[in-house]
Amino acid sequence: MKFRSLTLPTIAALATALIGCKPGGGDTIKVGEFASITGKEATFGISSHEGTVLAIEGLNAKGGVLGKKLELLTEDDQTKAGEPANAVNKLISKDGVIAILGEVASSRSLEAAPICQQEKIPMISPSSTNPTVTQVGDYIFRVCFTDTFQGAALANFATGTLKANRIAILTDVKSDYSKGLAKNFKQKLSSNGGKVAVELDYNGGEKDFKNQLTTIKADSPDAIFLPGYYNDVALICIQVKQLGMNIPIFGGDGWESDSLITVGKEAVEGTYFSTHCSPEEGTPEMVAFVASYKKRFNGKTPDAMAVLGYDSAMVLADSIKRAGTTESVALRAAIASTKDFAGAGGKFSINANRGADKPLVFIQIKGGKFTYKATVNP
Amino acid sequence: MDWLFQQTINGLGLGAIYALIALGYTMVYGVLRFINFAHSDVLMLGAFSAYYIAPKIEKSCGNQSVLGCIMVFVVVAAICACIGMTIERLAYRPLRNRPKLTVLITAIGVSLLIEYTAQNERVIGATQLPFPQLLPEKALQFGKIVISSNDVLTICVTIVLLIVMWFIVQKTRIGTAMRAVSFNQQAALLMGVPVNRIISFTFGLGSALAAIAGILYAMKSPSIEPLMGVQPGLKAFIAAVLGGIGNLPGAVLGGVLLGMLDAFAGGIPGLSSYRDAIAFGILILILLFKPAGLLGRSTIEKV
Repeated sequence: MKFRSLTLPTIAALATALIGCKPGGGDTIKVGEFASITGKEATFGISSHEGTVLAIEGLNAKGGVLGKKLELLTEDDQTKAGEPANAVNKLISKDGVIAILGEVASSRSLEAAPICQQEKIPMISPSSTNPTVTQVGDYIFRVCFTDTFQGAALANFATGTLKANRIAILTDVKSDYSKGLAKNFKQKLSSNGGKVAVELDYNGGEKDFKNQLTTIKADSPDAIFLPGYYNDVALICIQVKQLGMNIPIFGGDGWESDSLITVGKEAVEGTYFSTHCSPEEGTPEMVAFVASYKKRFNGKTPDAMAVLGYDSAMVLADSIKRAGTTESVALRAAIASTKDFAGAGGKFSINANRGADKPLVFIQIKGGKFTYKATVNP
Repeated sequence: MDWLFQQTINGLGLGAIYALIALGYTMVYGVLRFINFAHSDVLMLGAFSAYYIAPKIEKSCGNQSVLGCIMVFVVVAAICACIGMTIERLAYRPLRNRPKLTVLITAIGVSLLIEYTAQNERVIGATQLPFPQLLPEKALQFGKIVISSNDVLTICVTIVLLIVMWFIVQKTRIGTAMRAVSFNQQAALLMGVPVNRIISFTFGLGSALAAIAGILYAMKSPSIEPLMGVQPGLKAFIAAVLGGIGNLPGAVLGGVLLGMLDAFAGGIPGLSSYRDAIAFGILILILLFKPAGLLGRSTIEKV
């Protein structure tokens, strides 16, 4: 007993001393990543993570950055609220990473952002589109467009392309992304002269939507807008068909996952969604990216989340090079001054809101495939 | 008016599933006096067993045939009965004479163990899988009202199983033994009732019910993942308490009421996201005013 009472504090003291070692002395540059590798939105996390891995491996094959190899430390947040905070705290205080990459879902990015801001560790979200994410502070960036732009584009699409004026909206109340996108969509819709027919909500992860859909059916709108994530959207589309409704359904970038088609099958046929880019776009950067991604991941076709995961890591590496250091103030300034960066998804700059002004593409599901339809420029 | 009818039908379809899960909760509670939280995970395992087994059965019985569908139900129910009995043997039987709280916490532990093991990529993985169509789904049209053939099937299966369970518990020898164990375990043991075997049988029966509910739930919403049981499991737990836990018709009544509540709350703009809160609020009210549930008898616990 006496022995233990002496050793425990000693071990604790030693451990604290070891953990306390700050980065800079090592021979690698540690980059932290948090992603939903498992859980409800696993395909988002996996795609984004694979894109990031591809970028880091590519950079290391060319000798790394500032003469040092990049070391990617990935934490899985299991698609769960509460986990991103744990993951990011661990990455920053225990692993001593110089920057954080992540997440796809805005709710989870919003959880990590205040911690990164407080610790003054730059965070780059690959694909969180809710405008409030980067408003947390000057250390928070994103390499995608925001829902202000996406919501407006979708509203224009509804009134313009679909010629639908009365739109029913079904929102996921658990998701900041869904609520934000719905809000921006409604603003533009009313200025376009359209009307929200009926607005209902659900809790992400539910399996039965017939109750909400029955109310939507009773209102007979021109189209249904689903600003949610793919797993819920697939089931909603199935149940729309079960209730015998035959009206256009459309949504945003949360739809993009192969799971949407494998689960939704013929029920998602003919539906539309907007997203960041399409592997069919055919720009030289995109073609090169698709080829190397397929080679690395057994012929898997990348989606937009993979492209943005790749771009987030490339922007970070480029900024470290320009800053010439991994010291956080200089690194932050370098990320903020990123200009005309040639990403896999096209050329972009980091704007005053610490986001990227990028074009948006519309995809239609045709014959069980995502087919490129149109590009909308900001 | 159409809206009202359609929501009633939606509610019945959903309620029948809750009822079926609640039946399993209530059976185990009746005998062992504890809530088997792993019940909802047996439901998930049932759906996944069907996912893996259905293509093999369809090969010999033909695609979407009635015979094949029945075979899937029987095989999966048998598999899950074995799983349930194994869980009881490994996790609960060693704790038979410990305080009830110990068993309850173990049940939560078993539930989490199954959920997170299943989420591992090498076991099942966390991504949604499309559930195969076991029977051709038809939409029956009555004017503007649509009834899915799956809902009709679910409601019929629930009614039949309620009657079967009631018959087993009230009219058979093994049912008499179950009631004896439920009444007083020690006395039953002294009278020569093989208590361990009876408890094992009850778990098997409860798990088979969970498996059937799992398949029906997956047929209704054909996307399955390792956490699919959590939400309906919670609702069914409320349903069982609402109806009077330990009471079979009570579980079905509770399930149907909760399904209706979900349907009507879910269909009203502004209320739709509060339906879980409403369900749990009702649970609290029931516990306050009628602690034994709607059909339950309040018993005085000897201390």
